[in-house]
Amino acid sequence: MTSSRTVKLKRVTVVAEAVVEEKLLKELLVAGASGYTVTKTEGRGSRGVRASDWEGRNVKVETIVRPEVAEKILALLADKYFKHFAVIAYVDEVEVVRGEKYS
Amino acid sequence: MDAIIANFLSPIILSFFLGVAATVVRSDLRFPEPLYQGLAMYLLLAIGMKGGVSLVSYPVSELVWPLLGALLLSAAIPLWVYPFLQKAFKFSKADAAAMGAHYGSVSIVTFLAALSFLEMVGVEAEGYLPAVVAIMEVPGIIVALFLIKKSSARNNGELWSVFTRVLSSKSVFLLLGGILIGALSGPEGFAKVEGFFVDPFQGILCLFLLEMGMVASRRFGDIRRVGWALVAFGLLAPIVNAFWGILLGMLCGMSLGGATVLGVLASSASYIAAPATVRLALPEANPGYYLTASLAITFPFNLALGIPLYHMMASWFY
Repeated sequence: MTSSRTVKLKRVTVVAEAVVEEKLLKELLVAGASGYTVTKTEGRGSRGVRASDWEGRNVKVETIVRPEVAEKILALLADKYFKHFAVIAYVDEVEVVRGEKYS
Repeated sequence: MDAIIANFLSPIILSFFLGVAATVVRSDLRFPEPLYQGLAMYLLLAIGMKGGVSLVSYPVSELVWPLLGALLLSAAIPLWVYPFLQKAFKFSKADAAAMGAHYGSVSIVTFLAALSFLEMVGVEAEGYLPAVVAIMEVPGIIVALFLIKKSSARNNGELWSVFTRVLSSKSVFLLLGGILIGALSGPEGFAKVEGFFVDPFQGILCLFLLEMGMVASRRFGDIRRVGWALVAFGLLAPIVNAFWGILLGMLCGMSLGGATVLGVLASSASYIAAPATVRLALPEANPGYYLTASLAITFPFNLALGIPLYHMMASWFY
């Protein structure tokens, strides 16, 4: 059964203030991600700032990618987002079925 | 003085203070976000349509100067705010530009409150004013960003994308869309939707201001942190800008009501279109300054005292 065979890949999770969502999603695809999942979420962090209370809740973006793409995404976040926006990111290893979907 | 008290006791201003009170007593009152969005859509479309119907009844020659004047006025505001905040209050370039963008753009809710006020005191204002609002939303933001990009090595392609983003943002889009619908459908077409878009308008505005009272007062705590300079600016800049607005309104041949509204528009600071744009285009600017100034200082001041004050100033000229 092919469906039981899994491949090890990286899951990059980014939690960000809503205002950056559109831009971030575009740049994830450019960096080589083949897709993503976005969840509206809320929480608390070191930054109290929000551009506007009406922009909506924070977003949690998850994307499953090859290790080199994960590196690229982290570099992108460090370069353009961490300094001025409320953004956190973490990477973990996941085992996915149908690994060919993510390349 | 009577006008100030009457303004205070109008349902919309009292609703705003009710919202403030809800925050102060830590009430569990919450405005669901979709309701807020829905009310905002209603107000923008309603005021746009009403303005569009009226707009086509004016000869072009009567529209050119007020519209052009409004455009120049909102573009000019950042030109003094930007250098002034850097010199007088030692603001960073980014913070000064962000403030210029917010004060150059306008607050639609303040505009609606001004119309209600004029109605209450029995002063007529030109029906095309919603078009003036639409024109004044964008230029201040663009000019402020241009000022800072000129002094740093940023590219102009970014300015263009800011321009298209503000133009397509929901407030500008709905207002312009409403004006277009009103202009195309005319008075007869508008009569069909009047029961929905005109009669309940003041009531919907009350609900909206209730929410604005809660949103603004949640930021009152930040006022202590930003310092006296910003507070002084947030109270004085509107009066200075209102003066220029009223003067320009008079020069452009507007009525007493029209010049008062142009003064109100010049004095108001954006807290919807501008923050979202500035946050992305100028991320190094501190939202603690520009949002607190426009939302927690200038907006309540204009609502409660500014509007009657500018009306009084305009009356001196007329």
